Amino acid sequence: MKRAVLALLLLVATQAQALEPSERLADPALEARARDISRELRCLVCQNQSIDDSNADLARDLRRVVRERLSAGDSDQAAIGYVTARYGDFVLLTPPFKAATWALWLGPPAVLIAGFIAWLMFLRRRGAAPETPLSDEERRRVASLLDQSK
Amino acid sequence: MRLRFVVPILLFAALAAVLGFYLREIGRGKDVSVVPSALIGKPAPAFNLPPIEGNGTGLSSADLAGKPSLVNVFASWCPPCRAEHPLLAQLAQSGVPIYGINFKDKPADAKAFLAELGDPYAKIGADRDGRVALEWGVYGYPETFVIDRAGIVRYRHVGPLMAYDVERTIRPLLAQLAK
Repeated sequence: MKRAVLALLLLVATQAQALEPSERLADPALEARARDISRELRCLVCQNQSIDDSNADLARDLRRVVRERLSAGDSDQAAIGYVTARYGDFVLLTPPFKAATWALWLGPPAVLIAGFIAWLMFLRRRGAAPETPLSDEERRRVASLLDQSK
Repeated sequence: MRLRFVVPILLFAALAAVLGFYLREIGRGKDVSVVPSALIGKPAPAFNLPPIEGNGTGLSSADLAGKPSLVNVFASWCPPCRAEHPLLAQLAQSGVPIYGINFKDKPADAKAFLAELGDPYAKIGADRDGRVALEWGVYGYPETFVIDRAGIVRYRHVGPLMAYDVERTIRPLLAQLAK
């Protein structure tokens, strides 16, 4: 019974929100866009949380600014641009692909591909070099060593 | 066959070079968690702040042009601001105009802070809701910006200034901008 109740509670539980009720916009469509944008912006105080997740003062101020921009008629891109013009690309949790970040984007796949190629080369070399059979001399030596160990 | 020995050594050398570079930067006092300012090389944001109640005339972006200056974002509730205050006083004494943005502070607290520690600021604007600090991309307090005579942002320091930062970075940069 206890388990069933716990399971039920866990099912209906939602993730805790940093967003305070007073911050919400009246228009649900705008509010949904604001939430989507907030999830993509880094809180610079905590650095690994989005401003949607963070309780920090700065995160709240930025959430408010995003809502202000959207209410003023900005597109999502314009609202995000407003924040990056002040805080830099580092606020984007998904960094843009440009000269300064190509190593960031291409590095991991490059390492993966290099590893795959190295693995293929290893397999091929192992297949290409068959074991040479033992000579008669070596056979006799193996036999004598095995005898010794008895 | 020789590749088997060369490749790991090269990989190790590359890794050691990258890590060594960062280690050297950290050893020189670089804080790798500091985010570079998006405003470097751009004009200071336009703003117009009222004074801390009954304390001067406030601060606007028009005040910043004319002479290389510092803009310091501070608050009475911020202990590192208190820690860096003597250095600001020294800088002000040597003739550097320092403009203050008093961040999310109560007027009485801000005035008590300045009365206790001295007021090194040429002008102070009260940013009660933090909206102007946001225009400057401020995220840690205190923050100090170096502005050139054309009103362009040249440098941003996050956190309290140390004597080291002033001597190694701020003063040489101000001297260079004054030429």
